[in-house]
Amino acid sequence: MSAMLLNKEKWPDFVGKLTNKKLWAPKLEGDAMRFAPVAEGEMPKLEYGNTRVPPKGALFPQTETMYRFQLGSSEMETPALEEEIVVLGVRPCDARAMTIVEKLFRWDIDDPYYLKRRELVTLVGLACGEPGLNCFCTSVGGDPASTEGLDLLMIDLGDNYLLETVTPKGEALVSEVAEFLTEAEAEAVQLKEKVVAEAAAKIKRSVDHEGIPEGLPGLWDDPLWKSVSASCLGCGTCTYLCPTCHCFDIQDETEGFEARRCRMWDSCMFEEYTLHTSGHNPRPTRRERTRNRINHKYNYYVDKFDVIACVGCGRCINLCPVNIDIVEILRQVKEAL
Amino acid sequence: MTAENPYIPYTATVEETWYETGGDRCIKTFKVVLDDQSVRDSWNHRPGQCAMIGVLGVGESMISISCSPTEGKFLRFSVMKMGKVTQALHQLEPGDKMMVRGPYGNSFPVDDWQGKQILTIGGGVGQAPLRPIVEYVKANRDKYAGLTMIYGARTSGDLCFKGEFEEMSKCDDLSCHLTIDVEEEGWDHNVGFVPQMLLDLNPSSDNTIVITCGPPIMIRFVLENLKKLGFEDEQIYTTLENRMKCGIGKCGRCNAGGMYVCKDGPVFSYAVLKDIPEAFA
Repeated sequence: MSAMLLNKEKWPDFVGKLTNKKLWAPKLEGDAMRFAPVAEGEMPKLEYGNTRVPPKGALFPQTETMYRFQLGSSEMETPALEEEIVVLGVRPCDARAMTIVEKLFRWDIDDPYYLKRRELVTLVGLACGEPGLNCFCTSVGGDPASTEGLDLLMIDLGDNYLLETVTPKGEALVSEVAEFLTEAEAEAVQLKEKVVAEAAAKIKRSVDHEGIPEGLPGLWDDPLWKSVSASCLGCGTCTYLCPTCHCFDIQDETEGFEARRCRMWDSCMFEEYTLHTSGHNPRPTRRERTRNRINHKYNYYVDKFDVIACVGCGRCINLCPVNIDIVEILRQVKEAL
Repeated sequence: MTAENPYIPYTATVEETWYETGGDRCIKTFKVVLDDQSVRDSWNHRPGQCAMIGVLGVGESMISISCSPTEGKFLRFSVMKMGKVTQALHQLEPGDKMMVRGPYGNSFPVDDWQGKQILTIGGGVGQAPLRPIVEYVKANRDKYAGLTMIYGARTSGDLCFKGEFEEMSKCDDLSCHLTIDVEEEGWDHNVGFVPQMLLDLNPSSDNTIVITCGPPIMIRFVLENLKKLGFEDEQIYTTLENRMKCGIGKCGRCNAGGMYVCKDGPVFSYAVLKDIPEAFA
């Protein structure tokens, strides 16, 4: 691991060098930030809160072609995944989410699409200096400068970014832009510690999850599930924008004789998600679906992979149209234990 | 399905098809053979496992493999015509291509059951996942103490695998008990619901394994009656079915509580199942 400084005056050169390859960075689309490809000459800015849409699509596109075929033929062609992508400005919570989701995509049978993209993508993180109102990463195993899942972490020190390499991929990237970097002095490292500690102190919300994974099964029939889901519209925003939500549907699309089988994000908050063809639905109402969402993140995933499938990014709280708040749900769960 | 990509299906050819039942929701059986010789040789399913079968351009559905590996190097699927994919499957005729991925899921622990009396209790199309057990035990008669089969459907026309039951009734250690819900002219078997027939037969719970599959309401009363007959949770098995897309524990939707039906199931003992909150939802 090495620590280097990038003076902000060199930012355009740094970005210019990276746009030699495929570069993704947060961009304003309408009134929301989301990760999008950066064109040559375009200058991404990192002064913003976290993006509305997480960067999970870099590894798990919202719609992904699994294979193509001609109707009437059984020859299937899988798309060649070979383009390397650098994703710039990934927040530590979102990178941590990728390591959590990867456990599922490696569980017993490897998912070739996810794992191939994981190889091709270099994640350049940006430590959070100004956590959002509903951030709670520090209580679910993360922190505003966590390097988990990242290849390289940038920390904003005012005039400079401190660049800490985490993996050989990160080292390789740093060596490509070495001409714009200077060695970080002890002073800079001290300043970083101060900046990071200040950021962590700004996080006001938290989840006390002790006892929750073990306690959730006992609350299966608790009335709280009815009350916390009463206002839910079933829109699926919480799951689409969740960096750890990974459920997908598989659909065939045809146009003339050209066809593809693709997978696309799906949501356990949708009625059709579990609907049997007979009309029977094991999760018939939003009560059962909300209960499943919480149980999946705070109980089932912990059982299977020993980690909570929630990184505390706060998106599901910020963007729920009816103000359903996972921190509040978990507070009620804790109280009911 | 290749070593590199578990989502790519194998190509199989439909060899034979026939209808088990009639009507709008008819059940058609497909006997298919995997095209690739090496795939065919390495394919090794166990009773209770499923496969993703489908038609390119339409989709895939998870269907029980309804034959035992002891029957030969082919696969059988009995499919009820219900939705988009099963309608497309129903159009397949001998010579047509079917896409197959699998085999998926755990299986009935047939080796652990050696020396035991096997009792299957099926209802309607729920007999499809039980059929491999029946065939497996028939092919390994010396390894099991005997086989009793209870099978019911709404009408005689709704019973699957009808031709196969007569040979069973000719064997001493195999017995087959059929029932339909309402009286029918020419029907010389039982009339009544499956759970009641179970009580009437009053099988001994001694050294016996029960496997049941059918509509949820039937399973509920079968379980109740098995308890009345003195069966322990560990002696009772069933096989679950939930909506599935990937079959390999990734897409998320088939979980019952923390269990993925596609990987941790579909076969569960009641001892495990009774603690899974969503299992009978």
